Amino acid sequence: MLSWDLVANAVVAGILLGGFYAAVSLGVSLTFGLLDVVNIAHPAFVILGAYAAYVMNSSFGLDPILTGIVFTPLFYLIGAGVYRIYYGSFERRGEESLRGLVFFFGLLFIIEVGLSLKYGVDYRLVEAAYIGKSIDLGGVGIAFRLLVPCVVGLAMTLGLYLFLSRTFYGRAVMGVSQDQGALRLMGADPVRIKTIAFGLGIAAASLSGALLITISPVVPSTDRDYIGRVFAITVLGGLGSIGGTLVAAIILGVAESLMATLFGPSWSLAVSFGILLLALAVRPAGLFGR
Amino acid sequence: MRTARALIVAVAIIGLGLLLAGLRVNPYIYFAGYVVLQYVVIATAWNVLGGYAGYVNFGTPAFFALGAYTSIALIEAFHAPLPVLILSGGLVTALLGLGIGYLTLRLKGVFFSIATFALSVVVQTLIINWDYVGGAKGYTLIRPPAPVFGNWGVLLFTLMVVLAVVTVLVARTIERSWIGRGLAALRDNEEAAECMGVPTLRLKLFATTLSGFFLGVAGAPFPYYVTYVEPASTFDLNYAVNALAMPMIGGTTTWLGPVIGAVLLGTAQQVATVTISSELNLLIVGVVLVLFVVLAPEGLLGLVRRLRSR
Amino acid sequence: MDALLEIDSVSKRFGGFLALDRVSIRVRAGERLGLIGPNGSGKTTLINCVSGALPTDGGRILFDGRDITRLPAHQRTRLGIVRSFQIPKPFTSMTVLENLEIALEYAAHARSAGAAAGALEILERIGLAAKARLRPAGLTQIEMRKLELARAMAARPKLLISDEAMAGLSSAEVDDILAILFRLNEQGITIIMIEHIMRAVMRFSERVVVLDAGTRIAEGAPAEIVRNPAVEKAYLGE
Repeated sequence: MLSWDLVANAVVAGILLGGFYAAVSLGVSLTFGLLDVVNIAHPAFVILGAYAAYVMNSSFGLDPILTGIVFTPLFYLIGAGVYRIYYGSFERRGEESLRGLVFFFGLLFIIEVGLSLKYGVDYRLVEAAYIGKSIDLGGVGIAFRLLVPCVVGLAMTLGLYLFLSRTFYGRAVMGVSQDQGALRLMGADPVRIKTIAFGLGIAAASLSGALLITISPVVPSTDRDYIGRVFAITVLGGLGSIGGTLVAAIILGVAESLMATLFGPSWSLAVSFGILLLALAVRPAGLFGR
Repeated sequence: MRTARALIVAVAIIGLGLLLAGLRVNPYIYFAGYVVLQYVVIATAWNVLGGYAGYVNFGTPAFFALGAYTSIALIEAFHAPLPVLILSGGLVTALLGLGIGYLTLRLKGVFFSIATFALSVVVQTLIINWDYVGGAKGYTLIRPPAPVFGNWGVLLFTLMVVLAVVTVLVARTIERSWIGRGLAALRDNEEAAECMGVPTLRLKLFATTLSGFFLGVAGAPFPYYVTYVEPASTFDLNYAVNALAMPMIGGTTTWLGPVIGAVLLGTAQQVATVTISSELNLLIVGVVLVLFVVLAPEGLLGLVRRLRSR
Repeated sequence: MDALLEIDSVSKRFGGFLALDRVSIRVRAGERLGLIGPNGSGKTTLINCVSGALPTDGGRILFDGRDITRLPAHQRTRLGIVRSFQIPKPFTSMTVLENLEIALEYAAHARSAGAAAGALEILERIGLAAKARLRPAGLTQIEMRKLELARAMAARPKLLISDEAMAGLSSAEVDDILAILFRLNEQGITIIMIEHIMRAVMRFSERVVVLDAGTRIAEGAPAEIVRNPAVEKAYLGE
């Protein structure tokens, strides 16, 4: 029988999960939502970030979130490099659709298989002071391993929002998504702006990966679970809307959590697929799309 | 090659296959040959949608496995014979293709691709939870004595020869028909094609359905080939990446590309499995795929064409 | 007036932005209509609604007496509404000839044998016959524009909408394109020309309609439009 406690716990867990999902989706919101680049390999970079956190944690005992932050510049450079290859090979020639997709799929594949070659298919996890603890708020248990990533995720979302709306480069990114010609007239190079944006997206993956492995253990194939989620969130939230990404992430988090509580965990992946299809069928522009 | 010549070649190939079957060579040839020919079907089927129409399907494992699991369901329910299994497997996956297409093809091509990606995960979850076909534990098929040739290895090999020839013939016929020209137009520029009178939605749905059909056909005999079917290996990532890599390497604009890619890459992988781990194998395929997409996007056929025109 | 095309109170929104606000235009069969207006006035949006590339948010479109508002674009083309694109969109993997064959086969229902002959004939008339077996990548700017027009011609239009076919061309090239359009009109094809090159519009059009910010602000003979103060204000500001 459904108890209020059970549902309340599920909803709260879902909201916390949503904060984390927002972090994972930020990169795609940036690259797909604003730059129209279908980087389906983003979840693979997230997993890469997770493994980086694992290695640092198991070898040096470093806090995973700290690792995530420290690796951000490296991931930024990787992202910038990947975009340059993508731009030179596909975007410039106008052949993005088929070839670009296959390119990113190939990257996803290489990262995933590479990781399983190096680290095998056992679950990897991290240890930190706050994992395993929880607090109790009015009968609802809040686990720190969910709370901390959620808070960091919210901070990342806020940070990205501020960057896009308040800084020169951030506004240039918004501009490039709407009118490249005008941007050139202002003296900014659209390719450079897009490189920065893409690099930021992958940098976000580094930190979100660390958050991911904080929440639960990972295997290399975990990335595939997130493709559906990340694109469901980006579409539902509306392409180009960071606030929309957050709202959609929380909706998905709660929906998955309830689904898992009521029907068992193996169906939670179907939730993102269902939400994606529903959004595409009913309102492809998403909740807050431009 | 004009149609009459193509048909003669097709019959000749089937004849060769039968000859090989009759010779009773090393059984490993039949097993490896089956896999390579299976990939000819898969790559050609994928390319009808991916190469001709320009819509990328990342969910090949879902289609392939659904073909296999439809067979299992029908074997369990009716002890259905192979031909029925093949047709039914194909029909079920054709419907899946039509369904996914109907839901997502009105939107940008990207959403179709993402949907096919998520599809694999969802279908796999469904199968894992369906105990009738074995679920996560797997299904064991007790094969009756082989009705032809007296030997299942030889029979399945010959069957795959026929299926491969049929699939390639169908793809070739489509490619050279008005449908193929319409698909090429919508691949090159969908907006312009629509404005030039090409019914793009209808053609896209046709391509997805046909592609889905043959992917299921490739999977339908699989239970007989492996005798023990379980979700992990049936939904193997191999199928996803090979279905893309083989047409990309061979060349996506014509029927010959996937065949070349399947034969080359498929044979290479069969040879490699005995020497390197399957994961390293996959990694290499992934790297080759990315290299081709970036450096030689028109595949080997494209390279040959460019060398010839110099 | 017996209208071939009737745009009846058509509106179009993009999110909160009203691109077209109850625009009504009637085009007579055989007419040469010029459609002008400053950038962002909604000309291309209107054309997209007429051709079927975009759905409308209000109003009707009638062609040859028939309500085509809900008809998909490819069926409108088959009825005879053909448009060319501002930025040429050729089929890059096909030859110039094959580009036209697509239009002939799909829009004009030509048998494939007849398609090649018909396509070559059009290419000769437009001056591209020498490039028939080339791919679009090997064409110059004006040749691309001609290909765009040739392909539209291959679709056997009753109504041809030419969207800024002359942008960026030299004076002689503009005259070249104009001559082709005049010839098409003589054969009975109704033509709507969207252009920024004023001398082309004025020479070509029997009637000019002016759009600004999604509404029709003026309509009349070219000579009147040039003197119209509302038009001047729209282009030059206060």
